[in-house]
Amino acid sequence: MIEVKNLTRYYGQKPAIQDVTFNVEKGEVLGFLGPNAAGKTTTMRILTCYMPATDGTAKVAGFDVFEQSMEVRRRIGYLPENPPLYREMTVEGYLRFVGKIKGVDSRDLKRRVDEVMDRTNITNVRKSIIGKLSKGYRQRVGLAQALVHDPEVLILDEPTVGLDPKQIIDVRKLIKELGGDHTVILSTHILPEVSQTCSRVVIINEGRVVAEDTPENLTRRLQGNEKIYLEVEGPAEAVENQLKGLSVVSMVQREKEHDGRVAFVVESIPNEDIRKDLAKTIVQNGWGLFELRPVGMSLEEVFLRLTTKEEEVSYS
Amino acid sequence: MRSYLAITDRELKSYFVSPIAYIVIALFVLITGIFFYLIISNFVELSFRYTMQAQYYRMAAPKLNVNSMAIRPLMHNMSLFALFWLPLLTMRLIAEEKKMGTIELLFTSPIRTTELVLAKFTASTTVFVAMLTLTFLYMVSLFFFGNPELGPILTGYLGLLLIGMSYIAFGLFFSSITDNQIIAAVATFAFILFFWSIGWMSGFVGPGLGSFLEKISLINHFDDFAKGVIDLGNVVYYLSVTFFGIFLSYLALESKKWRL
Repeated sequence: MIEVKNLTRYYGQKPAIQDVTFNVEKGEVLGFLGPNAAGKTTTMRILTCYMPATDGTAKVAGFDVFEQSMEVRRRIGYLPENPPLYREMTVEGYLRFVGKIKGVDSRDLKRRVDEVMDRTNITNVRKSIIGKLSKGYRQRVGLAQALVHDPEVLILDEPTVGLDPKQIIDVRKLIKELGGDHTVILSTHILPEVSQTCSRVVIINEGRVVAEDTPENLTRRLQGNEKIYLEVEGPAEAVENQLKGLSVVSMVQREKEHDGRVAFVVESIPNEDIRKDLAKTIVQNGWGLFELRPVGMSLEEVFLRLTTKEEEVSYS
Repeated sequence: MRSYLAITDRELKSYFVSPIAYIVIALFVLITGIFFYLIISNFVELSFRYTMQAQYYRMAAPKLNVNSMAIRPLMHNMSLFALFWLPLLTMRLIAEEKKMGTIELLFTSPIRTTELVLAKFTASTTVFVAMLTLTFLYMVSLFFFGNPELGPILTGYLGLLLIGMSYIAFGLFFSSITDNQIIAAVATFAFILFFWSIGWMSGFVGPGLGSFLEKISLINHFDDFAKGVIDLGNVVYYLSVTFFGIFLSYLALESKKWRL
């Protein structure tokens, strides 16, 4: 449904996103996870035809976002980071307006507006002026706006920001329901949000995709089988066997050999710092230890940042 | 077409839910009214004095023309008031959408930029027409007390509408290149004033350039309308300026979609 290939966007000399590639299948809910300023909003803005990419292509429902942007726009519902609301309008008037410019048939307009107000739980404020609503209501009016023309694709930029815990749960439930009929991309910097709503996750950091997987697999990886890069001077076979014999090591992989040194990547069992044990083993056997460093830290770092952020949000 | 109507409608309503439109319209009508009063009183006094003099010298009283002596200068005044007022109507058109982020909704909806630009233009022009219509009541009052010619009044209003449309078109342009309403208003005002007065420079720059400056000056095409003459050239001039301003706005917005 959505194909993004080598998407790159520069702001002046500074790259916002580089070589971003991913696909979203029809009916899937894709979580777009990354710390603030990672390039989530930029990617979404390109997908919604708000701005062009410097390089690469993106297709929505088979239409190129640049070449056939009208077709793409017709099929997309978009909730930007700041909901695009006209503060002086009433909720209902606003949704009718959005329906009209999105091309909803005038006979269906009233029904559609009623329906999305019902789904996003804002029917009780239908006559209220948007500028007078609380942040939580505004966010939901924004969500209603994205849904009003029943789009095939929904792009939601941090949809749960500013909501209270109960509303967060409601909105997540709503997004989950929307998957199936709709293809959804949802950006967030909150890790548990994706595990609750998404069928697949793309993690983006500093403008690049650093991981793409199901939430379960990512969580497993997150729970920390630490990988260590090791360079040892000694007999390859013997070293490997020794390392495998350690109880805290789950996997040993021989990488390359040169000048009598052997490189390994060693994976620990979850939540165990094995560097001490590795060093001890090697030294006790009288081999030379040339290098010992953790690998894959960038991903770890991303997770770390994500999970630190999570503290701000409370869950019930 | 539906988007065009929807945006025009929304824009007009938003003019009237905020006090801006009421204040702009009311003060425009008020100031025009004051000038109308002053000019007409002056005219009445003058014609009274002439009649007295004529009686004193036992001559026939001269017939003063209310159209050329009162209405025509008033039309000129109004074209200047519009210059002061219209930037205040146009400043918000696009700048506010940018500031509030609603431009993101418009740009990601299946709306053609042409529709957007024309809708914004139409909304402002409609408010301007409302302003003009209200001042027309002053003219109507003249018919109760004298017998002015209707023709020159109507052509004068046509001229006002046309010159106002050119102001609005450029106001729209300056609003579409900034997200700051004050900057939009000031830039519009400065730009229009410059083009309004550019003809005055003609005396200092030599005959060739001079006559060119006179031709492109905004106000030089207005007097014919105030006099009661519809010159096709003048109509074409104002429509071209209007079109040019709208076209620049179109480019400014459309380029957002492909400019890196």
